[in-house]
Amino acid sequence: MSSPGTLARSPDSPGRRAWMAFRQHRPARLAAWFLGAAIVIALLGPMLSPYAPEAFAGGQFEAPSWRHWFGTDVHGRDVFTRVLYGGRLSLAVGLVGATLSLGIGVLWGAIAGYAGGRVDSVMMRAVDVLYAMPTLVFVIVVVTALNGLLAKWETAGAPVSPTFARVAGLLLGIGAVSWLTMARIVRGEVLSLRTRPFVEASRALGASDTHILVRHILPNLAGVVIVYLALTVPAVVLYESFLSYLGLGIQPPAASLGTLIAEGAAQINPLRIYWWLIVFPAGSLALALLALNVVGDGLRDALDPRAGR
Amino acid sequence: MRYVLRRLAFMVPILIGISFAAFALIRLAPGGPFDRERQVPPEIERQLNARYHLDQPLWRQYWIYLGGLVRGDLGPSMRYRNHAVNDIIAAGLPVSLTIGGLAFCFALGTGVPLGFYAAIRKGQLTDQLGSLVAITAICVPTFVAGPILVMVFGVKLRWFPVALWDSAWHTVLPVLTLGIYFAGRVARLMREGMLNTLHAGFIVTARAKGLSENAVFWRHGFRLGVLPVLSYSGPLLADLLTGSFVVENLFQIPGIGVFMVNSSLNRDYPMVVGLVLLYAVLLLVLNLAVDLLYAVLDPRVRHE
Repeated sequence: MSSPGTLARSPDSPGRRAWMAFRQHRPARLAAWFLGAAIVIALLGPMLSPYAPEAFAGGQFEAPSWRHWFGTDVHGRDVFTRVLYGGRLSLAVGLVGATLSLGIGVLWGAIAGYAGGRVDSVMMRAVDVLYAMPTLVFVIVVVTALNGLLAKWETAGAPVSPTFARVAGLLLGIGAVSWLTMARIVRGEVLSLRTRPFVEASRALGASDTHILVRHILPNLAGVVIVYLALTVPAVVLYESFLSYLGLGIQPPAASLGTLIAEGAAQINPLRIYWWLIVFPAGSLALALLALNVVGDGLRDALDPRAGR
Repeated sequence: MRYVLRRLAFMVPILIGISFAAFALIRLAPGGPFDRERQVPPEIERQLNARYHLDQPLWRQYWIYLGGLVRGDLGPSMRYRNHAVNDIIAAGLPVSLTIGGLAFCFALGTGVPLGFYAAIRKGQLTDQLGSLVAITAICVPTFVAGPILVMVFGVKLRWFPVALWDSAWHTVLPVLTLGIYFAGRVARLMREGMLNTLHAGFIVTARAKGLSENAVFWRHGFRLGVLPVLSYSGPLLADLLTGSFVVENLFQIPGIGVFMVNSSLNRDYPMVVGLVLLYAVLLLVLNLAVDLLYAVLDPRVRHE
C-alpha cells in the first residue's frame, strides 16, 4: 500500500489511495504503458503500414524483411499489417465483451443479493445450471443462433454488414457466458453490504430500494468490480481468439489474432517452416494478454483491502 | 456418509435441469441435424423426423429422451447414422481421459511446487522468476502453445511425433500443449493461497513453538495453502477429462473433445446433450470429492 509520506501529504479518499498504490506497482505501471502504446499503435494502424490488410502486397510466403517486417502469408498479404488490424479487433472485442459481461453480471448479482429469499435462490440456481454446462457448447449455440437471427434480418432487408453482424453475435455470445462469475462475486458482496449500518440507516430514513441500490450498494461494489473487470478483459480476448481460431468468430478475409494463428497453424508442414506466420500473431496475443494480466494484478493489489501484503 | 448420500441425491434434480437446459438450448439454435445433406424428398424427410421423434412436440421428445436416459441410453447419433451416442463416447473417452489426466498431473506437478517455492521465498529472486513464469504460462493458451510446440519439437527438431495416437511418445506434445496454461493458473493460485495462509495466527504459533521453518511450511502452511488449488481442481479436471478440441484437432487424436464442438455445429442433438451430461456428472462428482477432501485438509470445515 502507499507509503506514510504520501498519506501524510494528501487528504485522501480510498480511490486516491488505491491510485497511488497502483502507480507504485512497478510491473503494472510498465504493463499499463505498454498497453497504452499498443492501443495507440493499433489505432494508428492504417497510418503505420503502407499496405492494406487485404491487399496482395508481395510474393507468397516471403520471410520477414525490411519491406515486410513480419513476412507475408499464403496470399502474399503483409503479416505485420494483418497483426495490427487483428490486434485492434481483438482488443476492441475484449473491452466491449468485458463491459457487457460486467453489465449483466452486476445487475444479476445485485438484484439477487439485494432481493434475497426466493428470488435469490431461483436466480442463483440458474447461474449454477449454466456453470455446469461446458462453456464451449453454450457459446457455439448462442453464437450460431444469433448469426441465424442476423442473417434473417439481413434477408429481410435490414442494412447489416456481415462483419459487423459476426462481431455482434460473437460479443453477445461471449457476454452471455462470461458474466457468471461476476454475478456470484457481486451477489456475495451485496449480501454483506445490505446488512451494514449505513444501509439500515438509509432505510430507516425511508429511502426506496432503488435509491439504496444506486446510492449505497453500487458505489461500494466499485472496487471488487473493477478488479474483476480487469481480469475479465484478458479472458474475453482469449475467448474471442479461441472462437476465431475455431472458425466461429471473425471470418476471413477480416482477421483477429485468433484467425491469424489458425491460418499459421494450417501452414505447418514437414517440408518448410513458415515460422513468422505463427510466431508474430501468437507472440502479439501472448504479449497483450501478459500486459492485461499484469495490469489486472496491479489493480487487485491496489484495490483489494486484504491484499496489503 | 449421510452428507455424501444427500449430495448424491441432490445431483439428480440438477442433472435433470441441466439436461433440459441443454436439450432446449440446442433446439433453439437455427437449423437441424439433416440440413447439410443434399435435398431429400419430403416423404423421406418426414420419415427421418419420425424415426428420431423430431415430429413430436418438444416436451414429448424430452420425455422420450428421459426414458432412455433412465436406462442408461443416450440415444442414437443423428449425424453418424447407426452409431449410438454411448458407443461414440465409449470409443473416444479413454483417449481423452488419458491426455486430460496426464495434463492434470503435469499442471499440478509443476504448478504446485512453483507456487509453493515462490510463496515461501516471497520477494526474492525465486519468487520473481517463478511469478514471471506463471504469468507467462497463463498467456499461452492451447492454440498458441500447440502450433509453436509442433513447429519447434515436432517439425524442426523432430524429437516427438507431431500427430496420431500410437505410443507414449505421442502423448508428450499434446499433454504439454494442454497443460502449460493450467500449470500457470495452478502456480498462481498456490502462491496466493500460501501467502494468505502464512499470515494466519496458527502459523505464528507454530513458529513461536520453535518449529523449524520446513515443518511450519510443510505441515501447517501447505495443508491450507493448497486449498484454492483444490477447489480449482474440480472444474479443471472435468474440463480436461472431457477432451480439448484444439489439441485433438491439431494432433489428430480420436478423443471426444472434437465431438463436443462438431456435434454442436452439426445440431446432432442427442450427441450434444449426452456430452453435456457427461461433463455435468463429472463436474458434480469431482466437486463433491473436492468438498470431502477440503474437510480432510482443513479441520475447521465440517460437513453436516
